[in-house]
Amino acid sequence: MDTLAQIELEPWAEYLVCFLLVVGGLFGIVGSFGLIKLTDTLQRLHAPTKATTLGVGGVLLASISYFWLAEHVITFHELLITLFLFLTAPITANFIAKTYMARNMPPSDVPQTEGDYGWSIYDDPPPPPRHSSHGATPSRD
Amino acid sequence: MLTYALYFAFGCYGLGLLFCLWRIAKGPDSADRILALDTMVINVIALLVLYGIWRGTAVYYEASMLVAMVGFVSTVAYCRFVLRGDIIE
Repeated sequence: MDTLAQIELEPWAEYLVCFLLVVGGLFGIVGSFGLIKLTDTLQRLHAPTKATTLGVGGVLLASISYFWLAEHVITFHELLITLFLFLTAPITANFIAKTYMARNMPPSDVPQTEGDYGWSIYDDPPPPPRHSSHGATPSRD
Repeated sequence: MLTYALYFAFGCYGLGLLFCLWRIAKGPDSADRILALDTMVINVIALLVLYGIWRGTAVYYEASMLVAMVGFVSTVAYCRFVLRGDIIE
């Protein structure tokens, strides 16, 4: 079953890949452990979105360096996955925080927006501005 | 030594999957369950990449990319549904 035995790596290369793998695994388990350790939902939001993303980044770096050092192939697929995860993790966290706020926090807990409209979580979106047919300034009534 | 490091990383992410499953079963709010599902997707991506290193093939990157995209879209859709009662308004 052990398919890694055919390829011999230099010692420093093996140390590098092992270091990246162990660091990635540790960050991953810290992120998932924070999910059950922390007490509040908004606290729990911190652990997976940051630590697990870093852990996956470490594993992907290990994958890049393994295929580069062992098979002399430089691949960039992993960088794509890293970029995608780093882009989507904040969006996901923002959405989950909004979901929690809409279900569990009354609007009196949040400060006012100091603008014309309220928060988008609690209030309906403002109506779109109506343009006249001649392309003039939008009428306000 | 590389084999043992791989086993260690496999164990870490597998245990992480179990933690996420516990949070899905227990989580008092639906936001907790969405968060645990998203973390599960990230753990599965890491497991796929680790399996690719273990087998020494580059086949599993496409699979992990697909899992990443589907996971993001499903998380956003689930949040939209809980937030607005509809996915596409």
